[in-house]
Amino acid sequence: MNDVRAVAERLQRQFPQDVLAVTEFRGDLSVMIRKTALLQVGRFLKEEPDLNFDYIVHVSSVDYPTEPERFEIVYEVYSIRRRQRIRFKTRVSEADGEVDSLSSVWYGANFMEREVYDMMGIRFHGHPDLRRILMPDEYEEGFPLRKDFPLQGKGWRDTFEFLEPPAAPSVPREAR
Amino acid sequence: MTSERFSGEAGLVTLTLEQAVNWARKGSLWPMSFGLACCAIEMMTAVSSRYDIDRYGAGVFRASPRQSDLMIVSGTVCRRMAPFIRKVYDQMPEPRYVISMGSCATSGNIYDSYSVVQGVDRFVPVDIYVPGCPPTPEALFDGILKLQEKIMRQRVFGSKAVTAAPQETPPGTPREIP
Repeated sequence: MNDVRAVAERLQRQFPQDVLAVTEFRGDLSVMIRKTALLQVGRFLKEEPDLNFDYIVHVSSVDYPTEPERFEIVYEVYSIRRRQRIRFKTRVSEADGEVDSLSSVWYGANFMEREVYDMMGIRFHGHPDLRRILMPDEYEEGFPLRKDFPLQGKGWRDTFEFLEPPAAPSVPREAR
Repeated sequence: MTSERFSGEAGLVTLTLEQAVNWARKGSLWPMSFGLACCAIEMMTAVSSRYDIDRYGAGVFRASPRQSDLMIVSGTVCRRMAPFIRKVYDQMPEPRYVISMGSCATSGNIYDSYSVVQGVDRFVPVDIYVPGCPPTPEALFDGILKLQEKIMRQRVFGSKAVTAAPQETPPGTPREIP
C-alpha cells in the first residue's frame, strides 16, 4: 500500500464527514480535514498498523488574512517503515484560534506547536507546555509572522532595556 | 612606529613609552570569538593555516571575555542575542576593541525585520567596521590592520588616555546613515 491515493481513500472511508479535500501534486498527497476531527485523524494515521505514520516531520502554519478561516495549520507525517509521507491541513478562524494539540499523539509535535503558537498565535488545546519558544517570554508585541504584523516590528528590535540611559557629557579630568 | 630612530651601531631604538605600550597592545590582540552566523565561518577560516591570523598577533582566540581585548562580532545580531553581547562586552577588561564583521553586524544587511538589530553599534561601541557579505579573511585582516593603526594613535597616559575616553555616541543612539 505504497500509493498515497490509497491512504487518501482510506481516510475518506474512515472520516467521510471530516475529509474536506484531497489534492495530489507530483506524488505528494495533502488532505484538508475538519478542525474537530484533527485528533482522531492523527491518531488513526499513527496507530493503524497499515498506515503507521510514526514520525511527525513538521508542523507549520499559513496566514490567509482575507479568508474567513484565516489560519491554516499544516502537518507533515512520515512512515519510516513504509517510507511514505503525507501532509494534512486544517483551517481555523481568527476568532476561534484554537485547535487540538497533536503532541499527545506524536510527542515531537510539542516544540513545533509551540513555534506555531509563538509566531502565529494559534493556541493548541491540550498542549502540555504552551509557551513562546523563539521570542522571549515577556515579548508583548503580538505574533510576528501574521500578515498584519509590520515587517520591521513594533520597536522591540531597537529597544535595549539593558543599557543605562545615555551618560551626561563627560568632563575632562583636569576640570573635575 | 613613526618617530623612532634606529642606530645600527649601538643597537638602540628610541621611542616614547606610549608608543611602546601601544606597540605591545597592537601586537597581542586576543580576540574573543563571537561568531553569530556565516561570517563566523570566514573568521574561522582566517585562523586556519592557509590565512593564519597569527601573523598579525591576533590568533589567540579565547572563549572567555575576561581573557580577551578584541571582540569580533561576526554575523547577524538578533535582538534576543543583544543582552548577551552587551554582557560579554562589559566583562572584557579595558582597553577593549570591537570589530563589526560583515554587513549584518554593521547594519542588519537585508534583514530589515522585527527580530534583527540594525547594527551592533546600537548597543556596543564599534571601532572598526569590516564590510562584506561575508568578508573574506583578507578583509578581516584589513580590519585588524586598521585597528592596529588606530591603537597606535591612542593615548595611553594623561587626560585623553584611552581607558577614560568618553564614547563618542552614547550607546543606544541610532546612527544616521546617509
